[in-house]
Amino acid sequence: MAGSKTKYVGDRRFLLAVFTSEADILAATTDARERGLTIADVYTPYAVHGLDKAMALRPSRLPWVCFALGLAGAGFKVWFEFWTSASDWPINVGGKPWNSLPAFVPVTFEVMVLFAALSTVAAFLLGRRLLPGRRAKLASPGVTDNEFALVIEETDASFCKDEVSARFREMGATSVEERVEQESI
Amino acid sequence: MVSVGATIHDPLILGDKTPSVVTKDICSSLDRGPALSWWVAITISSTMLLLGLVAVGYQVATGIGTWGLNNTVGWAFDITNFVFWVGIGHAGTLISAVLFLFRQKWRTSVNRAAEAMTIFAVICAGIFPLIHMGRPWLAHWMAPYPNTRGPLWINFRSPLVWDFFAISTYFTISFVFWYVGMIPDMATLRDRLKAGWRRSVAGFLSLGWNGSFRTWLHYETVYLLLAGLATPLVPSVHTIVSWDFATSVIPGWHTTILPPYFVAGAIFSGMSMVLSLMLIARKTMHLEDYITVKHVGAMCKILIATGGMVAMAYLTEFVTALYSNSEYEQFAFMNRALGPLCWSYWIMVGCNILSPQILWFKAARSNMLVVFVVTIFINIGMWFERFVIIVTSLHRDYLPSNWTGYAPTWIEIATLVGSFGLFLTLFLMFCRFIPVIAIAEVKGVLSHGRK
Repeated sequence: MAGSKTKYVGDRRFLLAVFTSEADILAATTDARERGLTIADVYTPYAVHGLDKAMALRPSRLPWVCFALGLAGAGFKVWFEFWTSASDWPINVGGKPWNSLPAFVPVTFEVMVLFAALSTVAAFLLGRRLLPGRRAKLASPGVTDNEFALVIEETDASFCKDEVSARFREMGATSVEERVEQESI
Repeated sequence: MVSVGATIHDPLILGDKTPSVVTKDICSSLDRGPALSWWVAITISSTMLLLGLVAVGYQVATGIGTWGLNNTVGWAFDITNFVFWVGIGHAGTLISAVLFLFRQKWRTSVNRAAEAMTIFAVICAGIFPLIHMGRPWLAHWMAPYPNTRGPLWINFRSPLVWDFFAISTYFTISFVFWYVGMIPDMATLRDRLKAGWRRSVAGFLSLGWNGSFRTWLHYETVYLLLAGLATPLVPSVHTIVSWDFATSVIPGWHTTILPPYFVAGAIFSGMSMVLSLMLIARKTMHLEDYITVKHVGAMCKILIATGGMVAMAYLTEFVTALYSNSEYEQFAFMNRALGPLCWSYWIMVGCNILSPQILWFKAARSNMLVVFVVTIFINIGMWFERFVIIVTSLHRDYLPSNWTGYAPTWIEIATLVGSFGLFLTLFLMFCRFIPVIAIAEVKGVLSHGRK
């Protein structure tokens, strides 16, 4: 805006359609994608199976984080056990060898699991910006209870709001409304 | 979604419920003030806890000479309680992780409570090694950190160090798994509570969850990975606990059967504890539509299976000892069954092997009172199993001049009572403040709206 540092760029327009059943949201999402609409997101009270295909989402890459950090944790722990028991201050315990590799396995395993699990959860929470005390912006007040909300971004100049709304209502939407988000930099 | 199973099997959740009814049903007991039965229960459990705190305070201040231990029986009540509580914890992880990987959808009704039980049981378990140290304020010496004593590192070849890592990892993973599973339900709570401290707490813990499916997709992946990581923890933790015994040279302990025997026993005891608690919660919190006879029946079948494995282990142990031609092994087992502490052995056999056999009958599995009584018997039997393994093996060792008896002091008994007090108090608080059933997961297995 004039005078202030933030500069008004334009509006982002979204169309929000609320459904009340799993079958309806699956059908409507599939339909929207097939007709080339831009699906901003779908909000559901539980993980609706098949919605990832309907939205054409790529599978999560978190398993790689899990694998890499698990391996790193295990590698670090083997080195640490070797270093403490055989190098830094070796102590003779019952004549066992300094490098008692088989005896290092249980702790290495536990530490691997610990690293893999904690890093996966941390990557998930940070990646999805799920942080303690963060306020939720709900698409519709019932999306954590019984509502399924489909949000379409009006990216296309030829986007016909009335036609799309009518189509969603036909498919069982209980309400369809437009949301405008002001965008500024 | 068309599912063949839906038309053949009975529904998992009774009463053709919609998602909003599920939210209301599960949250309603949190909205109401606590019932009289809850106040009675929490009064009893916190009294038990208080007794335990007094006993622990006294023994820490005075020393563990207040226990009935002696030179020969160096482990008794404390380690029995430790193994008992760790074992209880295993059912929670079995239900939340192993049954998830096996796609057993009935687990959604019981996993939240079972995981809570795991966490509380592991907390109870952790107390015993801690006070057994005698100087619990030096507990941090168990962790390998650079210190001014050298640095003198811990001995990574010791099963007790493995145990420290196993239990602390187990606790951490169980807690993270439980909390991650709870994030969507915290959001549900946040969005239905009126403004106030409860909504603030739920809002804080919900981490800004808004039900976005892009988040759900990653969430499901994380859940699957955590289940995959927690599953090997189930056998690993109790295997490591059993190594505390198996790597020693005491007759009756020094056997290779101990790891599978301990794991089966852990799941057996844990499942019976889950059932005991769930049957009470089901009745008092009116959750009959969610925890149905089918759920109870499925858990009873796990009891029969794991009880059978435990029976097999008792038998194998005996046969192996008799076949070993080692007179110490043979004596240890004959002494268990016929020696001065034989009553504890026969309580164990009666409770763990005989009592679950009634569950072969469907009529017994459908009778909640019968199931409840059997689970209480199993809880008692599994405590005695650990007592038998520990005390009867120690009190008669290689040298007859070492032979002695063992009797617990009131301090040890009060500490055991106190651990039950802690466990029950935590569980009652859980029932008051957290949805006892995973709301978002149950919504995913409803038959409503699926043709």
